[in-house]
Amino acid sequence: MDPAPLSFLDRLWFAWVCFFRVLFDGAFAGRAFAVREAMPALPAPEPPPSANAAKESDRSSAPDNDESAAEEAEESPPEEVGKTVRVKVKKRRPEHDTLADAPVSKARAALAAEAALAAQKAVMPALQLLAAFQREGRLVDFLEQDVATFSDADVGAAARVVHEGCRKALRQHAQIEAVRSEEEGSAITIPEGYDAQSVKLIGDVQGKPPYKGKLQHKGWRVKEMSLPEPTKDHDARVIAPAEVEL
Amino acid sequence: MSAAKYTIGIDLGTTHSAIAVAPIDQEGARPEVLRVPQLVAAGAIEARELLPSFLYLPHSSEGPQALPWDAERSFVVGEHARARGVEAPTRLVSSAKSWLSHSGVDRHVGILPIGAPSDVEKISPVEASWRYLEHLAEAFDQRYSSEGLRLVEQDVVLTVPASFDASARELTVEAALAAGIEKLTLLEEPQAALYAWIEARGEGWRKELRPGDVILVIDVGGGTTDFSAIAAIEKEGSLELHRVAVGDHILLGGDNMDLAVAHIAKRKIEAEGKEIDRWQMVALTHAGRLAKERLLSDDKLAAYPIALAGKGSKLLGSAIRTEVTQEEIRATLVDGFFPRVPASARPASRARTALTQIGLPYASEPAVTKHLAAFLARQADALSKIEGFSHAKHGDARDRSKLLHPTAVLWNGGVMKATALRDRLLGTLNEWLAEDGAPPVRVLASDDLDLAVARGAAAYGLARRGKGLRIRGGTARAYYVGIEGAVPAVPGVEPPTVAFCVAPFGMEEGSHSALPPHELGVVVGEPVRFRFFGSSVRRDDTAGTEVERWREGEMEELAPIEVTLPAEGRREGDVVPVELSAQVTEIGTLLLEAVPKDPVKPDERFRVELSVRAEA
Repeated sequence: MDPAPLSFLDRLWFAWVCFFRVLFDGAFAGRAFAVREAMPALPAPEPPPSANAAKESDRSSAPDNDESAAEEAEESPPEEVGKTVRVKVKKRRPEHDTLADAPVSKARAALAAEAALAAQKAVMPALQLLAAFQREGRLVDFLEQDVATFSDADVGAAARVVHEGCRKALRQHAQIEAVRSEEEGSAITIPEGYDAQSVKLIGDVQGKPPYKGKLQHKGWRVKEMSLPEPTKDHDARVIAPAEVEL
Repeated sequence: MSAAKYTIGIDLGTTHSAIAVAPIDQEGARPEVLRVPQLVAAGAIEARELLPSFLYLPHSSEGPQALPWDAERSFVVGEHARARGVEAPTRLVSSAKSWLSHSGVDRHVGILPIGAPSDVEKISPVEASWRYLEHLAEAFDQRYSSEGLRLVEQDVVLTVPASFDASARELTVEAALAAGIEKLTLLEEPQAALYAWIEARGEGWRKELRPGDVILVIDVGGGTTDFSAIAAIEKEGSLELHRVAVGDHILLGGDNMDLAVAHIAKRKIEAEGKEIDRWQMVALTHAGRLAKERLLSDDKLAAYPIALAGKGSKLLGSAIRTEVTQEEIRATLVDGFFPRVPASARPASRARTALTQIGLPYASEPAVTKHLAAFLARQADALSKIEGFSHAKHGDARDRSKLLHPTAVLWNGGVMKATALRDRLLGTLNEWLAEDGAPPVRVLASDDLDLAVARGAAAYGLARRGKGLRIRGGTARAYYVGIEGAVPAVPGVEPPTVAFCVAPFGMEEGSHSALPPHELGVVVGEPVRFRFFGSSVRRDDTAGTEVERWREGEMEELAPIEVTLPAEGRREGDVVPVELSAQVTEIGTLLLEAVPKDPVKPDERFRVELSVRAEA
């Protein structure tokens, strides 16, 4: 049975959903790929994996257009989809007979490239936080060195640099509060229906609530987190550029 | 242009700027500080409450410095500019505001950064200020884009130091106009601080201030120190505030203090045989600020450790450690910058520099207390002309007093956050007052000394619309044109200069001065310059008053003024008599116009340029 063609908005939504599922769900990606392999015979609209493939082939055919391509990939899905469909129709015909395998390998390369981009996007906040800790408090420099060979005085001096800077960076980006306001060491009662994510019972854990115990660690909770917004084309993997003095 | 929905307060500071926003038609709405998106590091944008007033001009290899609203920006303003400027200092513009008020340079010409390499296109002090304002405007536009609002359509109040003279104020307005800001009013920073205090107190402020109070605003920021006195008087049953005196423009502030602390640490490190390079010196200055803040706010803390990282990626082993003790901080900062001095103490020399010298006229006297003593003494008569001021309260004491007697103090500026410094200033001030037979001052409690000026400026925007009390004051100076007396030339003797008052002290916004009876001869068709003077103490002169002699420090020579009379039917080279008329515009700037005695057409008048470079 041939499904009815989807409207543009539905396609946009579907392409978006598929994009992320293909990236993060291996099983789905495999199935989608298999479906796509069987597709060329069908006149029906393409599933998204090949949409990406076609876009990639379009991008590689017009290398001068790097910037706009990147922009489309990041920000303007409507054009991406619209363009893909158009490009596919244009390109498929001459390639169809002679280069049966090419679209497949291209699709794989495209998937890999998109995956790398998306992977960086997914860890962007972490990269930014690392960069901030390094920039303000030299955290990476500190952790990358072997402390065992240095005296406590050296480690202490370095720790002051790291502490002062990282504390500033932490306060700039996160608002942290204690989970429990009581003094550590004081006796507290944990009622029934407590939030097991916020409070962890340790020691002789048994019986029914309410639990009476001693607060060992007051816990921390991030109340608010704000991270820098990356600028376009910024390679966030470089958390500290090499410095060359002229 | 649509009607304004917000009043905007902008604090364009020497080291930091801030913007606050208050909705106009919302009962009880309070000014809120708008966080300003800015590059904080390469490729990272964050919104912060303060926008460091630094501008970095990147090398072409550094690429565009993208902002959320401009991917192709070719310069950086804000935190990243400041940080990047440490690494490449010749490309950094800093202290633009101090340059803006420096009459020894042409402030329209690209001179900044001083000493920049040849591939840098230098910018003028006016342009630097314009860029900061532009950035703040763009931040507002982005934040309110969903409401379709633009900053240039709102009512903007821009603050200037009270000590800014007429030309520095005009240049500030020029920078704002360049940024597209036309619905503009200027406000003096110490007044803004008081508006912020009033705004924060709600109606409670009326209980804390009484008729007869004189509020001394002590504003010590990152780069400048500014004093103002504001008197509370009773008029027709209600309280009025009058700004009665402003101090000199003193280039002395927290940055000097941080540097002083850094030098203590540097000496100690060098005593151990270790060297410090320029970068580490900057890091040391930052550490110095932290040490200053911690030690001055906690006198039980005996010492504050300072550790400096080396430049490479090896942190362990390269870090240099030292400490600054409470004793050293007290000796350097409290006793160095705020020494306990008698009321008769004066700054060692006035903050003036030879005009040929390229550089800012930094105060050569670091003692804030001496500057304060000088201000209070100069302004001892500041209240003499304030009608309705409670004479009974001070009685005859004022006639004998050597100082202006404030009754309350309002702190402003980041430096005044330090309790130890506040205590010292307060103690010294009260000693002077006791000697002079006056009661000690009260402290008006305020918080958030970094952002008060921006908030207060926005609150003033509301007050202008009739939603609150306004501080009156008018111009803080009287202005004079200097004419060389017509005397027979004697070799080696400078002809005496006579100063004609063109704008009296305390002209209110929107007012005109009477035409002085004196006239000046202006050559038709070419720019003619006159020496220009200001005085913040001569309150009695009216337009036309002729001053032949004045005491040291009573008059201050400003950048010259220039007038060009187009021919328009007159013969080129003819000397035409003109009168100078002064007017204070709605914006708050002084407008001088030359009015020909025999006009060739009705209502003929020509604008007199104020911000002309003084000749070396």
